[in-house]
Amino acid sequence: MSSETGKILTTDGIPLEESLKQSEKKNKIKAFLLVAPLLLFLIITYMIPIGDMFSRSIDDKMVTNMLPKTYKAMENWDGKELPPEEVFEAFYLDYKILVKNKTAGKLQTQLNYEKNGFKSVLKKLARKQKKFEEGNYKEQIMKVHKRWRNVEYWRAIKRRAPSYTYSKYLKGIDMYSNEDGKIVQVSEDRRIHRILWIRTVEVAFFVTLFCFLMAYPIAHLLATLPMKYSNLLMICVLLPFWTSLLVRTASWMILLQQQGIVNDFFVWIGLVADDNRPEMMYNKTGTYVAMTQILLPFMVLPLYSVMKTISPSLMRAGKSLGATPATAFFKVYFPLTIPGIGAGCLLVFILAIGYYITPALVGGASGTLISNQIAYHMKSTLDWSFASAMGLMLLTGVLVIYWIYNKLVGVDNIKLG
Amino acid sequence: MSKKEDFVKFDKVDKSYDGKVLVVKDLNLDIEEGEFVTMLGPSGSGKTTCLMMLAGFETPTNGEIYLDKNPISNIPPHKRGIGMVFQNYALFPHMTVFENLAFPLKVRKMSQVEIEKKVDKALSMVSLGGFANRMPGQLSGGQQQRVAVARALVFDPSVVLMDEPLGALDKNLRESMQYEIKHIHESIGVTVVYVTHDQGEALTMSNRIAVFNDGKVQQLSSPDKLYEEPVNSFVAEFIGENNTFGGEVSEISNGTCRVKLEKGEIIANPISVKSVGEKTTVSIRPERALINPKDKMDNNQKGKIEEVIYHGDHTRVRLNLLGNSEFILKVPNSSQNLDIKLGNEINIGWNSRDARALDPK
Repeated sequence: MSSETGKILTTDGIPLEESLKQSEKKNKIKAFLLVAPLLLFLIITYMIPIGDMFSRSIDDKMVTNMLPKTYKAMENWDGKELPPEEVFEAFYLDYKILVKNKTAGKLQTQLNYEKNGFKSVLKKLARKQKKFEEGNYKEQIMKVHKRWRNVEYWRAIKRRAPSYTYSKYLKGIDMYSNEDGKIVQVSEDRRIHRILWIRTVEVAFFVTLFCFLMAYPIAHLLATLPMKYSNLLMICVLLPFWTSLLVRTASWMILLQQQGIVNDFFVWIGLVADDNRPEMMYNKTGTYVAMTQILLPFMVLPLYSVMKTISPSLMRAGKSLGATPATAFFKVYFPLTIPGIGAGCLLVFILAIGYYITPALVGGASGTLISNQIAYHMKSTLDWSFASAMGLMLLTGVLVIYWIYNKLVGVDNIKLG
Repeated sequence: MSKKEDFVKFDKVDKSYDGKVLVVKDLNLDIEEGEFVTMLGPSGSGKTTCLMMLAGFETPTNGEIYLDKNPISNIPPHKRGIGMVFQNYALFPHMTVFENLAFPLKVRKMSQVEIEKKVDKALSMVSLGGFANRMPGQLSGGQQQRVAVARALVFDPSVVLMDEPLGALDKNLRESMQYEIKHIHESIGVTVVYVTHDQGEALTMSNRIAVFNDGKVQQLSSPDKLYEEPVNSFVAEFIGENNTFGGEVSEISNGTCRVKLEKGEIIANPISVKSVGEKTTVSIRPERALINPKDKMDNNQKGKIEEVIYHGDHTRVRLNLLGNSEFILKVPNSSQNLDIKLGNEINIGWNSRDARALDPK
């Protein structure tokens, strides 16, 4: 070995590394340009919307922007006693502008969220402030309503000072931060979101389980049947893929309704009485049935692609070594399909946890999921920041599941084909 | 203890997959205990089907297979106690070498101590002592093959089946594995039924070879007999090299016959011809025909050299002899200076004993 510390030169005398870098440069640029459109697409359609969702979900600038002077004056106020004269003056000046611009209503609503009874006090102030004289605003404001002498109301204003809030996330898990700034649960009769979260996970779990139980034999059949039959079966599996989701869900509605085909059949074979037809739709049963059918191909395909690679001679080897068919299956075949099971289950679970149309159509009240709640806030209450917060919570949940899966099974073990 | 002569017995076995074509026709085959029998034949000749029927993965359409006098057609594969080495090894990829070998012992509910002892012994038998904790994917083809052999033997089966086990190995490794398997067979005395389409492999390893063609055993005999004394023209053609003349028997007497060719006549050994006028194919091994023979031989012909190919240890000479322009001679390289040059006419002689008059092609 030479005493020089491993610097190899090319025949031209340029260090080899540098020479290599130069020769690779063109290829690197080419490669980057090839993926650049995709990168741009991802940024525009994925990163930016998620970023926007996030900022929307924690955005609380409205009150901050409406009372700029007040919050500046409040910076030195410790919140224990009534604020000093400067705060009153600043608040008066801010509020005057709002009243003049006819935007005081928004502030009234927002502050009323924070402290009940704020609205009427503010409305009264809006009327009276026109006659205010210059100087000693503290006295004048406190004279308008006795609540202005209550430090609680001023604290409520101060609580809205930060331009960011996590209250929407708390609301997503049925909690809120109370007047003392403590995080507490909402009263029992108003805890709806937690039920929805649990139900969503439960539905996703069982749909994944049903899909797995049904897909495993199908995939096995697909992988072992002779070509001409397996092609036909494959088309049967893929057929739902080529049909609109809405059509598939609608056909389940036709099948499952109380006067529907399935119920007719049950009555016909005498399983149920005609006047006692079971409800199979607008509840969880409907959600399970329809979602399992719709998500089945997502389980079959990864399983099939893994099973296709397992040589049939392995099962034979197992049997020739003395294992019963069942033992050979569980000791030899099944462990080899685990990468496919992992991929299929992860795929179906993640799709199921954010499923929307099917539960909305066949789920009814007891079969709706968290995504339906998100849609409700997007379309009906127009509380987009809350919808964004819940959407992000869902996304985080999916990422956590992915992380756990990676810890348990290892993502490298996933095989999709 | 005398060896059982019909330890494995195929008794009038037929096999058809589609009900139209018989893949195996009326197969009768006895395999002695401790014997190494190879089923040799071109692809599609039914040899693997026979092996699969013996292993239990296919059922005979007709007839019965006996293992140690017991009919086994209705016994499922896992109860037959037959070891099998598969073409692509079929090692369990998710288990270590140790777990692979322990698998047949575990399903037989042996104790951990016993399992370890047996696995160790089997691994050292195939000289893979330190490989117990490797995964099959970390082994080379030859090593995987040895693990497969060890796994088929570890539970002391009475019969081991091997389905072209060396097909995926390169030439040198294949040859050394042939000797290794042969030695293992000799040292433990297990009955081996081996399937291959490689005649060299079959000749090297076997006690007896069953040549398959068209679903039938054409000849079952020891390697030397198979080579020296093929009973029909398929075997003569399939095993080794072979010069043939097609002709008609013109005279038959005292263990020799005269065969009239299109050009000329030869004296041959009547194997499957019985009467004058029969059509026949006469087969002569290339090394049995000599150039300018010193001893007196009853066939002497003149031939013209058409091609000379140097092969190192021998030279192949292609002649035009009695109208057959594909007549091959193998001339050992020695200091003897024969007049082997393109276009020369030379004298060729052979004994009528080595010219076997077989069935016509």
